[in-house]
Amino acid sequence: MTATISVSNLSKHYKVPEREGGMKAAVASLFNRKYRTVKAVDDVSFSIEPGEVVGFLGPNGAGKTTTLKVLSGLLHPTSGSVTVLGFEPYKRPHAYLRQVALVMGNRNQLSWDLPAIDSFELQRAIYGIPVSEFKKTRDDFIDLLELKDLVNKPIRNLSLGERMKMEIVGALLHRPKVLFLDEPTIGLDVTMQRRIRTFIKEYNQRWGVTVLLTSHYMADVEALCKRVIVIHHGRTLFDGELSSLVTQFSSFKTLGVTLPNPEVDLSQYGEVLTRDGARVTLRVSKARTSQVTANLLSDLQVDDLTVEDTPIDDVIDSVFTSNEETK
Amino acid sequence: MRRYIDFYLASMKISILEQIQYSVANYFYMIGMVTEPVIYLVVWTTIAKQQGGMAGGYTAGAFAAYYIIWTLVRNMNIVFTPYGWEWRIREGRLSMELMRPIHPIHGDVAFFAGWKFVVILLWLPIAAILSWIFKPTFEISWMEVIVFFLAIWGAYLIRTMLLSLLGMITFWTTRVSAIFELYFGLELILSGRLVPMTLMPAWVQNLSNFLPFKWTFFFPIEALVGNMTNAQLWSGIGMQVLWIAFGILILNFIWNFAIKQYSAVGG
Repeated sequence: MTATISVSNLSKHYKVPEREGGMKAAVASLFNRKYRTVKAVDDVSFSIEPGEVVGFLGPNGAGKTTTLKVLSGLLHPTSGSVTVLGFEPYKRPHAYLRQVALVMGNRNQLSWDLPAIDSFELQRAIYGIPVSEFKKTRDDFIDLLELKDLVNKPIRNLSLGERMKMEIVGALLHRPKVLFLDEPTIGLDVTMQRRIRTFIKEYNQRWGVTVLLTSHYMADVEALCKRVIVIHHGRTLFDGELSSLVTQFSSFKTLGVTLPNPEVDLSQYGEVLTRDGARVTLRVSKARTSQVTANLLSDLQVDDLTVEDTPIDDVIDSVFTSNEETK
Repeated sequence: MRRYIDFYLASMKISILEQIQYSVANYFYMIGMVTEPVIYLVVWTTIAKQQGGMAGGYTAGAFAAYYIIWTLVRNMNIVFTPYGWEWRIREGRLSMELMRPIHPIHGDVAFFAGWKFVVILLWLPIAAILSWIFKPTFEISWMEVIVFFLAIWGAYLIRTMLLSLLGMITFWTTRVSAIFELYFGLELILSGRLVPMTLMPAWVQNLSNFLPFKWTFFFPIEALVGNMTNAQLWSGIGMQVLWIAFGILILNFIWNFAIKQYSAVGG
């Protein structure tokens, strides 16, 4: 099968002016300007198959959005090769742009002053969508996202979450084959995040669309992505299944214990993370989990006991931390 | 081609709908814009009266006609500004436009073209009031009306090209307002915006023949209120077409380099 997205040794470097603070340095910079090269993306390679939903993870400034912008054709790569649907994105041929969409959580393309229904009409014209197909897709999306009562209200009168739903509909009306999502749920409440996640999942399953998602909300990634690519300082740290990430980078399990006597000292069993009334959470190394569980049940009267993998946020955090420590 | 026509119609419709929402703001904007020609008009009318009813070949009524038509041409000349380019490049707002399978300039041209229909509608009562006060003299033929109609759209396209080229400097360096101001100064003198070009010294008139400015201001106004022959009228349209074609060529050439500089900051 031919990969939908193929990235090989991609680098994107910026030359940025640099000077020290203060008046003296400001004046000196007029005559002798110094530059520094920032490696926003440095030798990144990966490929994504048709229909995959891949999470692109990393802290702020890791190079996620830059990679997404190169893939969508907004930025020219400094070196390396990128193909999406067989096109070189930076050339931005119209045939390519008609098959992709970029949704940014902090950007809007619909007219602020008009009801979304009017802006959707403009999207139809931009992408040359046949009227009957446009109406069907639009109405399907409106039903799926429960927007019927909102499409006739000016965008400025909608809540942030409602606006985001409209933006997603606007971006998908031409039924792109590849969808780049950059923090699509940023700033939204939990219910709205869940609604958008469900929609993206349905959209992916229904149309077999390839999705590359960046998000700081791990709930988005867990709900949508089987595979994740972790990037830090412009370089790939991990590329594989989300479950493997947990196995590879987390050597601990979290034990939740409910005791009738909350005063019991559990520090001998593992690191006490939290204590909430009768409920105590412990961090225990994976190798000792079975033994500790058996000891807890034999030594103490236990009302409830759960064994969980380390939360994915903590795993990701440990990935970045371990990378910082080894730099 | 059909897709472009569809896009232009849809985009113009969006623009008209948006501008109708802000019709009061638009009206005050236009009233504010009338101040400039009214000052020129009062000054030149006074000079004409002091010189026995005529200055530089223009009667008070001819000046009134020139500056009243000026108000419409000025509104037709409103395009997406270099300051707008600066904003959308610096803030990364261009990103969403670049994701569309249509050049952003088409979006600009279509949007402001839609706005013109609202502007023309709002201009009519302003022109009526100015005519009632300043008593312009018009001798207009059908040919002049046809050429004027074409010339104001030609002017709109030339100015779109010029200001887009100017705005695209922002791809290389942000905060270039000083260059914009220099451009607007030159345009004021060489376009016929300040005074009809025929009142300018001969060397300024000669210079303006080699530059695009007068085809955006003086020519459309003069086509309607002046005494141009049919040959002069159509050769003027020909010059506009040449400048538009030249503008498209240069714009495409520069764009290919400029877009490589885009860093899509902030979004």
